[in-house]
Amino acid sequence: MPRESYDQHLRELQDDLLVLSSMVDKAIGRSVTALKERDLELAKQVVADDAKTDSKCLEIEERCVQLIVTQAPVAGDLRLIISTIHLLDELERIGDHAEGIAKIAIMIGDEPPLKPLIDIPRMAEKARDMLRRSLDAFVNRDAKAAMQISAEDDVVDGLYDQVYRELLMFMLEDPKTITRATRLIWVAHNLERCADRVTNICERTVYTVTGRLDKSKTSSY
Amino acid sequence: MRVAAQTTQKLAFGLIWGAGGIAVAVLLLLIGYVVLKGAPAIDFEFLFTPPRGGLGGEGGISSCIVSTLWIVAVTMLLLTPLGLGAAVYMAEYAPENRVVGFIRYSVELLAGVPSIVFGLFGYAVFVTVLSFRFSILSGALTLVCLLLPFLTRTAEEAMRSVPRAQREAALALGATKWQVVTRVVIPAAMPGIITGVILCIGRTVSESAPLFVTMGGSSGMPDGIMSPGRTLAVHVFYLAMETNALEKALATGAVLVVLILVTNLLTNSISKRLQAKMMGAR
Amino acid sequence: MDPKITTRNVDFFYGSVQALRGVTIDIREHYITALIGPSGCGKSTFLRSLNRMNDTIHGARLEGDVLIDGTDIYKNGVDVVELRQRVGMVFQQPNPFPKTIYENVVFGPRVLGETDRTKLDHIAETSLKAAGLWDEVKDELRKSGLALSGGQQQRLCIARALAVEPEVILMDEPCSALDPLSTLRIEELMQVLKRDYTIVIVTHNMQQAARASDWTGFFLMGELIEYGETAEIFSRPVDKRTEDYITGRFG
Repeated sequence: MPRESYDQHLRELQDDLLVLSSMVDKAIGRSVTALKERDLELAKQVVADDAKTDSKCLEIEERCVQLIVTQAPVAGDLRLIISTIHLLDELERIGDHAEGIAKIAIMIGDEPPLKPLIDIPRMAEKARDMLRRSLDAFVNRDAKAAMQISAEDDVVDGLYDQVYRELLMFMLEDPKTITRATRLIWVAHNLERCADRVTNICERTVYTVTGRLDKSKTSSY
Repeated sequence: MRVAAQTTQKLAFGLIWGAGGIAVAVLLLLIGYVVLKGAPAIDFEFLFTPPRGGLGGEGGISSCIVSTLWIVAVTMLLLTPLGLGAAVYMAEYAPENRVVGFIRYSVELLAGVPSIVFGLFGYAVFVTVLSFRFSILSGALTLVCLLLPFLTRTAEEAMRSVPRAQREAALALGATKWQVVTRVVIPAAMPGIITGVILCIGRTVSESAPLFVTMGGSSGMPDGIMSPGRTLAVHVFYLAMETNALEKALATGAVLVVLILVTNLLTNSISKRLQAKMMGAR
Repeated sequence: MDPKITTRNVDFFYGSVQALRGVTIDIREHYITALIGPSGCGKSTFLRSLNRMNDTIHGARLEGDVLIDGTDIYKNGVDVVELRQRVGMVFQQPNPFPKTIYENVVFGPRVLGETDRTKLDHIAETSLKAAGLWDEVKDELRKSGLALSGGQQQRLCIARALAVEPEVILMDEPCSALDPLSTLRIEELMQVLKRDYTIVIVTHNMQQAARASDWTGFFLMGELIEYGETAEIFSRPVDKRTEDYITGRFG
């Protein structure tokens, strides 16, 4: 079979992307859990683990460079490798967002909660679900699924609006809650950005399959 | 295992050197004997008086030298264009069909026919039927028949060995087929063609039987293309068979050898000059 | 702008074997068009049809239209010699004549009837300059063409082709017998030449096609499978067969 070792390398690249994505996925989950349950140890763990995420990204990028140098990829292969490099960027940023949430959890410490957290965990679940499915779509070259997932960003945006309005009300009624409220708004913002980045991942899936990059659906707040 | 291979190699080398050495030795011996034995009989008189006949082989070989030069000139003048032309046709223009295949086969066959048969053919056709009688013309025409297959084949092979890429290059530049032949193929094949010509000259000088029956045996000085004559090779035959003048025969042989050597040297230098010119214009 | 060369439904036969099927293509002036495809796909056969070099092959037959500047070059009465002056060719193996460098370059003009020594000298200089060889050989024009290196010989052949002032230059894998540096030099040369000529190149080397050409045609088993701008063909080919070939996944 021609180019068997090359195909092997490409497969390994995709597998590594999935590993990276699951690291980031867990980070989101743990950071929000740490926030909800005031688990400072867990939060510190998430912050420390972000370094692992970053170095994994570098490792995968280096492999991409190697493939470009040695295999001179063209057409579909080229688009795949270029998209992989973009995905690394998006996943690393998502990891940073999760780290941000964990840092906020540490900042809040064991202050009394402002309100029970309902929408924020919902946003996290939705973002994580979108992330997982978008990576599947990428690895399976499923452009249709990718476009669908991209559209679900509206759900996360909607939840963010809700959280924002609610916390705004709190701040207007009682100025003493401003610090705590803004911290929570910041957490929600991080999660909303995670979902945005997933839409970028979906755009790259479409690009890999069709060769066309359509940025018109990017919605950024 | 290794040792056996080395020994075989040394043995082979030795045998090859030996064979080469023998060949050179034979050549030197032959030339040496003829020249050394014949040289004493060569003097001014020998070279510049015609033979006078008789059992003692009186006289010299002047008319024979002249006859030989005549026969070479006429033969090559007729042979070269014919041979080249036929070769060009066979190499460049002839289609690959049965007729051409048959022609080629016949030419191959002709090359194996003994020269005396050509002589008889020449006698029958040129001397008798066409009434050229014993003459340089009859002799030349006979030799043309004899040598044409050889020259054609040699020239054709020389032309065929010019790489196809050269012809394509010329065609792609807008040359007509004839221009390709005259400006690329023939110049590139020149060394091979010249070799063929030299060999034909050599054979012309050395043929005796066919010329014996077409040029006659006259020992007089030829004065035209229709004169009969006796070439050096035929004269050697005469001296050896009809007289007991062995030294004179050897002397004639010596002159023959010198003539051939000179011809070869001349044509070689012309060929080199042509090569150099070919690297130059045309 | 009208294409320089147009072919419509060209079928080509070597005797009873069909080498080209229904090839329809427009080749644009002042661009470099690359023809790629696996061995035996017909790209060289197609190239040689453009200057009727296939005429020299016994039993070769072409059906369909091949138009250069709107005129069918296979019509009765077309002067093949004139065609070959307009459409020049550089071959895979450099094939300079066993003559001097000067005589190699002026062979074409001489054959077409030019005898004026001054004009020939001028043509030799211009052509050698255009082929990027002048500086290297200007003091050695009487040297044999065969004494040059492979890359230089190929540039000599290019100079020779340019000397007859063609409009189109066909190149049949011109770099496949050369070292990488000579190859790059000739690719650079092509970029300069395309301003004045139309270049069609057959190549086995995909990187070369991607680097050096503006348009690319992919041939497979005698058919033109896909034809488009080189950047498009190499980043998003439409036909799967094209993709498989250029990514090297040809079974």
